[in-house]
Amino acid sequence: MRLNNNYAVVTEDLLKTFGSFIAVDHVSLQVRKGEIFGFLGPNGAGKSTTIRMLCGLLTPTAGRGSVNGLDIATRPEEIRRVIGYMSQKFSLYDDLTAEENIDFFAGMYGVPREQREERKRYALEMANLTERRRAMTRTLSGGWKQRLALGCAILHDPPVLFLDEPTSGVDPIARQAFWDLIREFSKTGHTVFVSTHYMDEAEYCHRVALMYRGKVIALGAPAELKQGLTSHQLYQLDTPDPLAAMRALEGVEGVQSAIFGGGLHVSVAGEGDPSGHIRQALARGGNEIRRLDRIQPSMEDVFVATIEAEEQKAA
Amino acid sequence: MSYRRLRAVFVKELHHITRDRLSLAMALATPIMFLLLFGYALSLDVDQIPTLIYDQDHTPESRDLIRQFEGSRYFHIRGNVSHYSDIEREIDRNRTLLAVVIPPDYSRNLAAGRRAQVQIILDGSDSNTASIALGYVQAVVRNYSVTPIVTPPVDPRLRVWYNASLESKNYVVPGLIAVILQIIAALLTSLTIAREWENGSMEQLLSTPLRPTELVLGKMLAYFVVGVVDATIAVLVGVFIFQVPLRGSVLLMAVSTCIFLFGALFWGIFISAVTRNQLQAYQMGLMSSFLPSFLLSGFVYSIENMPRVVQAITYVVPSRYAITILKGVFLKGIGINVLWIDFAFLLLYATAVFFLAVRKLKGKIA
Repeated sequence: MRLNNNYAVVTEDLLKTFGSFIAVDHVSLQVRKGEIFGFLGPNGAGKSTTIRMLCGLLTPTAGRGSVNGLDIATRPEEIRRVIGYMSQKFSLYDDLTAEENIDFFAGMYGVPREQREERKRYALEMANLTERRRAMTRTLSGGWKQRLALGCAILHDPPVLFLDEPTSGVDPIARQAFWDLIREFSKTGHTVFVSTHYMDEAEYCHRVALMYRGKVIALGAPAELKQGLTSHQLYQLDTPDPLAAMRALEGVEGVQSAIFGGGLHVSVAGEGDPSGHIRQALARGGNEIRRLDRIQPSMEDVFVATIEAEEQKAA
Repeated sequence: MSYRRLRAVFVKELHHITRDRLSLAMALATPIMFLLLFGYALSLDVDQIPTLIYDQDHTPESRDLIRQFEGSRYFHIRGNVSHYSDIEREIDRNRTLLAVVIPPDYSRNLAAGRRAQVQIILDGSDSNTASIALGYVQAVVRNYSVTPIVTPPVDPRLRVWYNASLESKNYVVPGLIAVILQIIAALLTSLTIAREWENGSMEQLLSTPLRPTELVLGKMLAYFVVGVVDATIAVLVGVFIFQVPLRGSVLLMAVSTCIFLFGALFWGIFISAVTRNQLQAYQMGLMSSFLPSFLLSGFVYSIENMPRVVQAITYVVPSRYAITILKGVFLKGIGINVLWIDFAFLLLYATAVFFLAVRKLKGKIA
């Protein structure tokens, strides 16, 4: 297998099946060193399974992978020394204090004695827990716990960090703060491989892979992926009755609509200005149009359009 | 193996143990409770047998025989009856265990130099107690019938070794210590790995350089501290409350108890690694330690009397060896020169279960 030293994570045709269920379907990826690589997709798309194979927690059914130049099939023990991993479920010890959790993981990762105090101080400061270092972990709120978990996962300054849905169940402000930490961490040359089902979090990533039913269906920088959506134009429609508007647009050739917030996102295939076309269809159904604006597609739009294309291919 | 990781696991487990005050209190109180409960309840001594007398003879000779029973501490005469149906009723209602029936021709036969007969009716539904009671009856009757005649040619002078007063607590308590330790140790550790699986920390641990050997040893050592305290409490209760003589080497007892504890603790860890579920682990831990150590260890039922197949099974029951050693050290005062085989088996068991547990943990999540 080609072990290019510029890549922190490489997979080639990685496959994982559980019985007849294909959880990860021939995934091939290359993650550059120092990159924040986002793994996007709905629950059950195979994101966690891929990450767990890369961390040596699951054995792939077929295919290959490497982390930091180490083959996942043959050198899992060495991989464990160079990665940090934060699992989907909060997995520190509730009945230990913040400090005791840090001490424990410092022991696990074999942080050298002379660095231990300094790494611990760093982790506590980063998690903003210096004052509450002796508080029982159970008493900390979601955002604190999650930052503590991150602190524990990077005690040994790992070159590659795997975060599996780190922001699920955390409030928006804490999510923002968490992504700031991740960006800081990546600036110092560390690679971050992060999965999420929040599409808006793609904006924080250098590159993202969209995963759907075990397959990578799109891969690239967020801006690239959005620009790649040229075959469609996207309109934001503000109307008093979005459901009625949706029905009015049903069956119109090349037009797809989806409820988005209080309004409707209407995507139209083809070039030219289709807005007149949309207005006519809506007027026929007696719908009032408050506003109709062409908008930049969001990651969610990209995802929906890509899945539809994928399903049409399959059908 | 890394000493630092081992120590980190050990320290972490000690934190878990000291934080969970209720479980810790239970773990320390259980040996005392068990010893007091079983030590007193599990008495296999048979005395004060409730006895009925049906004297059909009513002569000085028959009353003399009855006095023999009255004078023995093994019998408690509950009264005299005048009909068989009374005996039947009392036995059916569990109010008496034994009835002595003296026939009307008893004294006449004695006077004529013929064999006089006495009928003994026993409730055999508890065969153990019944046969012991029968033994006492025969002793009383034999003594009585021998006295007036000539001295028999052979005069057995019985001397019971190691437990001269034949008190059952002397052999129940040492065995009980082994049974208690087996149960507590297995239960203590049976939850530990299952808990890590349940709260997701196992996955986190598997992503670190931690090796199964370090995890198993670190956890075992933390609970070993609790086990040693329990063992000390149990031995002290045995010696000072039950007054069981401790005749042999305390060192031999300490070392073999530690090895026995290792095995029992590893067993709990193994169960925990297999089930990955705290409830199941607890149930399996209880079943797999309580039943064999109670029934198949020679604690209550002697192994020599079991069917061959069951005897073969007892070889993999570690309490069997621990009980032999504890009884040997407590009552007989024998040393390693006699007990080395049992000692070796304990060591073998602990080692085997340790490797089983480590192997079980080497597997990945799926």
